[in-house]
Amino acid sequence: MIKKGSQIVCESLLREGCNVVFGIPGGAILPLYQALPEYPKLRHILTRHEQGASLAADGYARVTGKPGVAFATSGPGATNLVTGIASAQMDSVPLVIVTGQVNSWAIGSDAFQETDITGITLPITKHNLLVMDASEIATSIKEAFYIANSGRPGPVLVDIPRDVFVQEVEYEEPGELNLPGYSPNFSGHSGQIRKAANLINESEKPVIVAGHGVIISKAYDELKALAEKAQIPVITTLLGISCFPEDHVLWTGWPGMHGMAYSSLAIEEADLIIALGMRFDDRITGNPSKFALNSKKIHIDVDPSEIGKNIAVDVPIVGDVKEVLNRMNNHVVNATHPTWLKRIDVLKEDHPSLQIPETSKLLARQVVKDISDETRGGATIVTGVGQHQMWAAQHYRFKKPGTFLTSGGLGTMGYEVPAAMGAQVADPDSTVWSIAGDGGFQMTLCELATIAENRLPVKFAILNNGFLGMVRQWQEIFFDSSYVSTAYTGNPDFVRLAEAYGIKGIRVTDKTQVKTAIAEAMDHDGPVLVDFIVEQEENVYPMIPSGMTVFDMIEEPVSEKVTT
Amino acid sequence: MKSSEKHTITALVEDRAGVLNRISSMFRRRGYNISSLAVGKSESAGLSRMTFVVDGDAKTVEMVVKNLHKLVEVIKVSDISEGNAVSRELALIRVKCDVTSRSEIMQIVDIFRAKIVDVSQDTLIIEVTGNEDKVNSLVDLLGSFGVFEVMRTGTVAMSRRTSFEQDKPVSSPTVLENAS
Ligand SMILES: Cc1ncc(C[n+]2csc(CCOP(=O)(O)OP(=O)(O)O)c2C)c(N)n1
Ligand SMILES: [Mg+2]
Repeated sequence: MIKKGSQIVCESLLREGCNVVFGIPGGAILPLYQALPEYPKLRHILTRHEQGASLAADGYARVTGKPGVAFATSGPGATNLVTGIASAQMDSVPLVIVTGQVNSWAIGSDAFQETDITGITLPITKHNLLVMDASEIATSIKEAFYIANSGRPGPVLVDIPRDVFVQEVEYEEPGELNLPGYSPNFSGHSGQIRKAANLINESEKPVIVAGHGVIISKAYDELKALAEKAQIPVITTLLGISCFPEDHVLWTGWPGMHGMAYSSLAIEEADLIIALGMRFDDRITGNPSKFALNSKKIHIDVDPSEIGKNIAVDVPIVGDVKEVLNRMNNHVVNATHPTWLKRIDVLKEDHPSLQIPETSKLLARQVVKDISDETRGGATIVTGVGQHQMWAAQHYRFKKPGTFLTSGGLGTMGYEVPAAMGAQVADPDSTVWSIAGDGGFQMTLCELATIAENRLPVKFAILNNGFLGMVRQWQEIFFDSSYVSTAYTGNPDFVRLAEAYGIKGIRVTDKTQVKTAIAEAMDHDGPVLVDFIVEQEENVYPMIPSGMTVFDMIEEPVSEKVTT
Repeated sequence: MKSSEKHTITALVEDRAGVLNRISSMFRRRGYNISSLAVGKSESAGLSRMTFVVDGDAKTVEMVVKNLHKLVEVIKVSDISEGNAVSRELALIRVKCDVTSRSEIMQIVDIFRAKIVDVSQDTLIIEVTGNEDKVNSLVDLLGSFGVFEVMRTGTVAMSRRTSFEQDKPVSSPTVLENAS
């Protein structure tokens, strides 16, 4: 059958199971948009900024496990996507991005709105393609979905010139993909799996460090089975948060720069680290040459290039975490480790990390704790980047896997608005709380219009400290409280801002109003913004200064200034 | 300082627009040093073979290999520095030459089994093939006569095994895991 390139894009997206696209039209991609009415099953959500589209696609992908899809036009449309693409690449989130390009014959001539988006995104995509003929679209889109969501997921960009969208070709379903250089499915070497199990069986002080890979491969049951069978404390990474129920006795927090002190200490004291789908990021290791020197390490990851990158390991296993654990668990014997678990309890008691000081002031931490209690740990939590992000990770007690969405690798401020939107589109009946910073929120708040337009019941909790708080904290600690360019004295009235978008707004200035406001927000069936005017100079503790070790950790001073 | 040495890596890659860009971008982004790079068609249509000479310690080279392998268009990667390999590069050297120096230069060319491929009034172009060290020493020797221009292809290399089918791709998980 003869079809236009634009129709083939739509058919291909539908065949790959895509039914939501985030984007903004423009000249080069217009022919694709004009085909959308023929495909009512392809829901297009018109964002207000392309960064919103790529970050919404990220939130959507993390909730559904399917690639998030975004459209943008050539030039500025495409470059506006870049932050979201880089963010997805760092956090291994599958995206398929379709960008319009100037007409194929004009490429290279500095035509109006021409930009070399495949060149620009080369180092921040898992793969990208420029499709120069409509007959290649079907295969390219199939390839894009396959590459985006197999092995270690990531963003794939498909750039299509305007004339290719209108080109008519005989349309055929794509056949088997021919990707001789791409073999993402490592199943884990049996000998290595046995070696790993032996190390576990011999260890006296093992810890599991579970990363995003556990969530991506949905290895929750296998993780739990391993932990329970051999009674191993489970630590997660920041992106691994929620992969293990946080009311479980073996849950031992998350480590690193702002993680729980007892987690970092447990890693230091362990004799075996079982690293699952994680990459020994510098926020966890601090100085890698001094990280966890007393332990052997098992590293299970699907990406061979992560093995040995930052930390030397004793037993590397390249494979999907779920599959490897499934096989490894058979070789792991029941164990109890009573002394070690007692030691972990002592660490938890001596370094509580999560205590909130008694005070009449409105602490950001208290807001997170109250949201956690009011939602019984069952909401999807989306954050920006900064202090509020760390408090969300520390004080929300996650009970459901895959419910913590945060920009861990790139640290993308502004993630909190569009990603929450994407998460809500992905699961309309879920409770989505965006725990936002007053700084980050203002980077993407234009998406409030998209949220209002699509009646997405996202609840926003702005932890409004009037500062780029995390940077202010660094200035306080490392630069003698010289607050250069971190005070946000020109913040808008967020309540009236919400109302301007037709969104319910609530302001909370007092500790006693927090719970009621949260309940009121949850009762309202539509989007709500709660502006929590929190203590301005509250700090995140503990803190391991970058490049240092757990022994340089700064814990919360007893007379922290917010205490009364 | 890390102990740095030269490693020779070959890669079989799809012959498509942008592949070289993708590979060099990866090297640049990750801070790996390429001391030479040669590309050409391979024995199979649509596939090119590249030879990289990389400066770095063993760990760096391992990461180079793994990251090359991660690129979708890269089909096979082999680190052939360890084993028994033949490596060659070709160089053209334009050297100053007058009646007094000509015979001495010709002797040197002879010893190196190089060739004089062009003669002008006061220069010669010399063609030499050999491994990097050989080319380096010839260039050094000719330096005293006055070298105007050196054009080198970069090393190409091949392991001495009979066919590439017997090569093990270095970053296959089996090899990787056994490495520790
Ligand atoms: C796009 C972007 N720009 C700058 C930064 C650097 N940065 C990290 S945290 C932070 C402050 C964030 O302020 P806010 O959103 O109000 O959160 P808070 O720390 O106050 O909770 C800044 C500027 C960043 N991570 N992302
Ligand atoms: Mg702030």
